[in-house]
Amino acid sequence: MTDAISDSAERTRRLEAGLKRRHGREQRFRAYGVLAIAVAVAFLLLLLGRIIDQGHRAFYAHSTTVSVFMDPSRIDRTYPQGTNFLQMAAEQQLARYGVQDDALGLKSTAMRALFSSELKFRAAEQVRDNPGLIGRTVAITTPMSDDADLYFKGEISRDVPPEQRRLSDQQLDWLDRMKAEGVVGSEFNSALFRNGDSTEPELAGVLGAVVGSALMLLVTAGLAIPIGVAAAVYLQEFSPRNRLTALIEVNINNLAAVPSIVYGLLGLALFINWMHLPRASPLVGGLVLALMALPTIIIATRSALAAVPPSIREAALAMGASRVQTVGQHVLPLAMPGVMTGAIISMAHALGETAPLLLIGMVSFMPGVPHSVTEPVGALPSLIYIWENASERAFHERTAAAILVLLAFMIVMNAAAIVLRRRFERRW
Amino acid sequence: MNTHTVKAYGDELNQLTAEVARMGGLAEAQVADAVESVARRDVALARAVVERDVKLDAMHRDIEKKAIRLIALRQPVASDLRKALSAMKLAVDLERTGDLAKNIGKRALILADSEPLQPLTRSIERMGRLVSTRLRDVLDAYTAAEVDRALAVWGTDDEVDEHYNALFRELLTYMMGDPRMISACTHLLFMAKNLERIGDHATNIAETIHYEITGDDMIGERPRWTPGPGDTDLSHPAGQVA
Amino acid sequence: MKFRIFRSPENEGATGGGDVERRDEVVTGASVPMPKARAGSGAPLGPTKIAARDVSVFYGQKQALFDVSLDIPDKSVTSLIGPSGCGKSTFLRTMNRMNDTITGCKVTGRIEMDGSDINSRDIDPVLLRARVGMVFQKPNPFPKTIYENVAYGPRIHGLTTSKSELDGVVEASLKRAGLWEEVSERLHTAGTGLSGGQQQRLVIARAIAVEPEVILMDEPCSALDPIATAKIEELIDELRERYCIVIVTHSMAQAARVSQRTAFFHMGRLVETGDTEDIFTNPRERRTLDYITGRFG
Repeated sequence: MTDAISDSAERTRRLEAGLKRRHGREQRFRAYGVLAIAVAVAFLLLLLGRIIDQGHRAFYAHSTTVSVFMDPSRIDRTYPQGTNFLQMAAEQQLARYGVQDDALGLKSTAMRALFSSELKFRAAEQVRDNPGLIGRTVAITTPMSDDADLYFKGEISRDVPPEQRRLSDQQLDWLDRMKAEGVVGSEFNSALFRNGDSTEPELAGVLGAVVGSALMLLVTAGLAIPIGVAAAVYLQEFSPRNRLTALIEVNINNLAAVPSIVYGLLGLALFINWMHLPRASPLVGGLVLALMALPTIIIATRSALAAVPPSIREAALAMGASRVQTVGQHVLPLAMPGVMTGAIISMAHALGETAPLLLIGMVSFMPGVPHSVTEPVGALPSLIYIWENASERAFHERTAAAILVLLAFMIVMNAAAIVLRRRFERRW
Repeated sequence: MNTHTVKAYGDELNQLTAEVARMGGLAEAQVADAVESVARRDVALARAVVERDVKLDAMHRDIEKKAIRLIALRQPVASDLRKALSAMKLAVDLERTGDLAKNIGKRALILADSEPLQPLTRSIERMGRLVSTRLRDVLDAYTAAEVDRALAVWGTDDEVDEHYNALFRELLTYMMGDPRMISACTHLLFMAKNLERIGDHATNIAETIHYEITGDDMIGERPRWTPGPGDTDLSHPAGQVA
Repeated sequence: MKFRIFRSPENEGATGGGDVERRDEVVTGASVPMPKARAGSGAPLGPTKIAARDVSVFYGQKQALFDVSLDIPDKSVTSLIGPSGCGKSTFLRTMNRMNDTITGCKVTGRIEMDGSDINSRDIDPVLLRARVGMVFQKPNPFPKTIYENVAYGPRIHGLTTSKSELDGVVEASLKRAGLWEEVSERLHTAGTGLSGGQQQRLVIARAIAVEPEVILMDEPCSALDPIATAKIEELIDELRERYCIVIVTHSMAQAARVSQRTAFFHMGRLVETGDTEDIFTNPRERRTLDYITGRFG
């Protein structure tokens, strides 16, 4: 065998023969890699495409300007909110279109169904601020109702038999007429971002859930990051390597893989039933998510600490720094990029967790925007869940929009992680 | 004895000592031939001795070059360093020995023209043989790297001195007896002196060998012929301290 | 011991050169300008600074050092030589208790510095390391500015009371390490931006900023080029007038150049110790001779 190799012509021949094989393997491997990435990207695009397709319409909404005559006979000066301005405006609109209301008032009801109940509040507000408006005709801009909005977006069509639609032909005629009059406008749906949840889709917004999620994240971060980093520092730098610490390490790794719903059950049993903390509050939610995020933070921090080369520790110790000084002044600052990345990514995960939140009670309808960590709130993931299960069709597009908002949050947080990591990276 | 991890280093050291041994052999031959040329009044031999001295000079230069090269390139320490330095020292001693032998040969050429001086040349022969033997013994000790043999040679330095002093007295007596002998006897005197110097060089070599092997200086004075009570009187023809 | 070729009573210690007037001066005893006493020229060593007696080191079950007893004199350079894995670095690290940081490492025996046992309970290793500094094989400056690197020691040990005092200490240390001219304009740039040789000198400046009594060096030049190595060796020459220096080195030539005392380790045991001159001209032990002449390992 040695003779064959030392004979240079034979050696060259064997090398060249093998070369083709090796190049071939290399090309195939690269092709597989590219294929895998292409498949992954395709799925991603498919998913995003679907969501955007469903949700983009939620970002704009139709509104209309209605001339409302403030009938002094129906408005109490001292208590303007008591007046049902919506009914009043609907009747006036009917009159304008020359339609006679029937005995049961079904026509005015049908007209009312075209406008959002927001009209009531806007009219009452204007009259309360300026009582001089009573007796005058005021143009009030109000969002259209969710069904009217859907019609203008093309979701409701006349081709479908009337029994299967939410709007009758007559209502559709009225809408076409309003459109022809030019009083219908389409604008950015700021209600989606300014309002809390509402039973009326056109008024429903994510703000309440966003604030709820934010409060929860604050609690989570405030608990999980300090405790996790400190635990990791102790386990990595100070604790002796014996069976107890090995056991702890195994358990932490396992806890990172426990299904999140189990944490929800734990939260329910421990925080709500036993400690009687307020149900569905950011406090409880934060505690549960903190428990979930803790193993991940500990693992990420430990590997960041382990990546700091021992020469730095040796240099510090040889200078007479104590163990605590060595870790605090040298090792931890150098491990900071990894620690921060781990923290931010685990927060991003916590942001999107739904199952534990459902178990601690964030399933129900929560109107309004929360202000403290002890009042019941909704969170973005549970909001998405609720909206998906709602009956109104308009909530479909809003669910997709809320998903996009959540995804945007996660992208922003991950981008922040990368930027912060780059900025604080120090070379040793 | 372990060999150097770098074989070339060990080979270079061995080459150096082998060259010294060769030079030693040549020097030895020079001395023996020079003495023989005196004893047998052999002009051709004497001339050969004179001419061969160039070789010894060349070998000396060569050994020195080799030793310097070894020191520069190998940075020897301890025993290796002593070996290199000793080789240089031995080369110097052997080159001087060769010069002294050449000198004897030159004088042999001159003596060959005049009348034979049998008894005196026989004394030279005897002294020459002693010196030759010592030289051969010390060079054998070098090749064999045996300290004891070197020390044995070192211990007999006084014998050479005795021969020299005896020869000196003899020559003086001859010169005083017959002034026509003065020229010849003076040459013989110089030859005796040269032989005595060769003896000293052999002793030097013995000391160098001791240093190379043990790393220590020789302790003690060389054995010297100590003058007797009547020997310090310079007026007496026999009174001379070597 | 003397080389008979190179030394004779006339030119021992004098500047050499043999003009007749100079010779007369030497003979009559008039003063001849003497060159400054430098390393290896017989300048006196200080008293024993560190005395190790029967020191053994165990890594778990494995024994790395066997009953090493060695005296290290002050104001001098002692070099520890030996083949790889012979325990010289392990022994070096016992002198500032860096072996404490390795789990499972046990040190037995007695190591005394100025008479007191450094392994006793009353001695805080943190304080010990302020008295015994260390320089490592690969230069490891902190990823901070040059100023911060040198100021770190005095800062954490609370040795200075004001900023100007700290500035002075930093400047003096950098000057003593031979680095001041090269970095005085950029004290607030990163220490890791210097070349390898400069980084090692920075590390030495950092070590001497706390005014230690002993400096331990673990193969300080093995990662450096010859010129940087020469600069460090010159620095060691200057430093030895103030500090007790112990240096572990793979290069016997360096040990021969730089140290006054040498200790040869082999397989965890101290084989021979003595004046560097003696070890490299006429060692007593066969193993020492074989190692330094390259006959094994």
